[in-house]
Amino acid sequence: MALATPARPASAPPPPPAHRRPPSRGARLARWDIAYSPYLYIAPFFILFGIFGLYPMLRTAWMSLHDWDMIGDHTFIGLDNYAALLKDDYFWNATVNTLGIFVVATVPQLMLALFLANLLNRTTLRARTLFRMAIFVPNITSVAAVAIVFAMLFQRDFGVVNWLLSLVGVDAIDWDAQRWSSWTAIAFMVDWRWTGYNALILLAGMQAIPKDLYEAAALDGASQWRQFWRITLPMLTPTFVFVVVLSTIGGLQLFTEPLVFGNGNMRGGTQREFQTLAMYMYEKGINNLNTAGYGAAVAWALFVMIAIIAVINFALVRRTVK
Amino acid sequence: MVAASARLWKTSKLTYIALVIAVLMSIYPFYYMFVIATRSLDAINSVPPPITPGGSFGENFQRVLDNDAANFVKGLVNSVIVSTVVTLAVVVTGTLAGFAFAKLKFRGRGGLLLTIVITMMVPTQLGLIPLWGMMQDFGWYDSLYAVTVPFLVSAFGVFMMRQYASQAVSDELIEAARMDGCNTFRIYWNVVLPALRPAAAVLGLLTFMDTWNQFIWPYAILSPENPTLQVSLAFLSYAYYTDYSQVFAATAVGTLPLLIVFIFFGRQIIGGIMEGAVKS
Repeated sequence: MALATPARPASAPPPPPAHRRPPSRGARLARWDIAYSPYLYIAPFFILFGIFGLYPMLRTAWMSLHDWDMIGDHTFIGLDNYAALLKDDYFWNATVNTLGIFVVATVPQLMLALFLANLLNRTTLRARTLFRMAIFVPNITSVAAVAIVFAMLFQRDFGVVNWLLSLVGVDAIDWDAQRWSSWTAIAFMVDWRWTGYNALILLAGMQAIPKDLYEAAALDGASQWRQFWRITLPMLTPTFVFVVVLSTIGGLQLFTEPLVFGNGNMRGGTQREFQTLAMYMYEKGINNLNTAGYGAAVAWALFVMIAIIAVINFALVRRTVK
Repeated sequence: MVAASARLWKTSKLTYIALVIAVLMSIYPFYYMFVIATRSLDAINSVPPPITPGGSFGENFQRVLDNDAANFVKGLVNSVIVSTVVTLAVVVTGTLAGFAFAKLKFRGRGGLLLTIVITMMVPTQLGLIPLWGMMQDFGWYDSLYAVTVPFLVSAFGVFMMRQYASQAVSDELIEAARMDGCNTFRIYWNVVLPALRPAAAVLGLLTFMDTWNQFIWPYAILSPENPTLQVSLAFLSYAYYTDYSQVFAATAVGTLPLLIVFIFFGRQIIGGIMEGAVKS
């Protein structure tokens, strides 16, 4: 057996100095610890995200190429689901509703948030923490609770909104019966919950702008209004882009508000006046398990739409604020 | 100079008026919720709508408790369990991974961190339908596992902890601990975790609120017999939409825990959100 062990050639380097002896078990463990334990610490995220995040997303794409019954057969049909989608009136209806509610909700919301942030940015403002907390508090409420409360506020016969309108001579509106009115009511719910949140994010961006820029401008006689347009807005661009992109991702996935507003009807009103894409996806993929493949195609269409709009927003905001 | 900046930063009465209007609009729906929750049904169905609270909260909430179909208490207990477990797990996995990304050197670090940032931007609904199918295969339909296990990690949590650890923990401190013979996990436990505590607390609060308020996924995967609080509220509101005072009593009770959390920790929560916005 001794022969099997190759003899150390005569020219072998001298044995390493004492402090570089072959590492003891403890030292080897320590080296392993430094080189590999980081992977152990990040592993939980990547394992769980892989199983419950990434895999389902890819599987959505695979399913969308099939006539897929969740509890039955699936047949590969290529892009047929997407072709059907393009000719599906309900899909386009949901697309119009989603984009419509998104615009009706987001444009006033961001303007209001900008306005509020600008007010909260006054350095001599008193009770600022109180103001900040108060405008943020809607955001901690669950969407379900918001939708329940607002559905009652917008109720036809005894709702507060119709009562207020009656004071100025407007007849009672059946808010969930028409497109424009249901969109308005839903936009109110979204804006109530998110305006304060966005105002605080914008405020954080405003506070990062150096104060001496304003002082120099004031010495040059620039009005507050002018300072807002010439200093605040341009310097706020990165934060504004962030807020717009977040609003896009959240806004286009709108689901709970219209669902609870319509009393749990996944079609969103008797004539689908306020069915969003997320609701249509749910109707096709989960309420009707035998059209899961089609629902998956709706999900991908929604995803692509979000990506496109986020990129357009990104480009637009960049350009106009510059 | 003093005069210029005094004029520049003056806060006019109009500012306060506008802010007070904004505050009233933010608070009013809560107030309205408590008004309806404490009124009897005929007071609600009247014109003009009631503006002051009444004394019927006890009866209204008793109807919620007696309502077997609503499973309100079960929903409340489920929400407490799920939110607590998810919060603890997100804080542990987030601080561990955040520490690794901020302070440890390993191959592929930059790319893996970028992956995490990208996953934060992907809409969660994209995987909903296959995930629903997976839960059937796992036998997790209508089980709390389905609303817990997929959410034990959060990209946002890892990223937030990474950002905070980068500046809150100095490299020298970690080197010194290593010299003293600490292994990496002891460094995490004895050095990094204490330094991360303020940010970890904010992450915990945000995660708890977010989990408590989750809707679409629990709605898809849990039955009305084993709901979370939000799912229970939704089904209650569908079935009893004529009995507003009952629905509102339940909604008020379901909103109260988060309101209390917010009253105590609102300053930290807001601070965390605003800091996060500037950094990312």
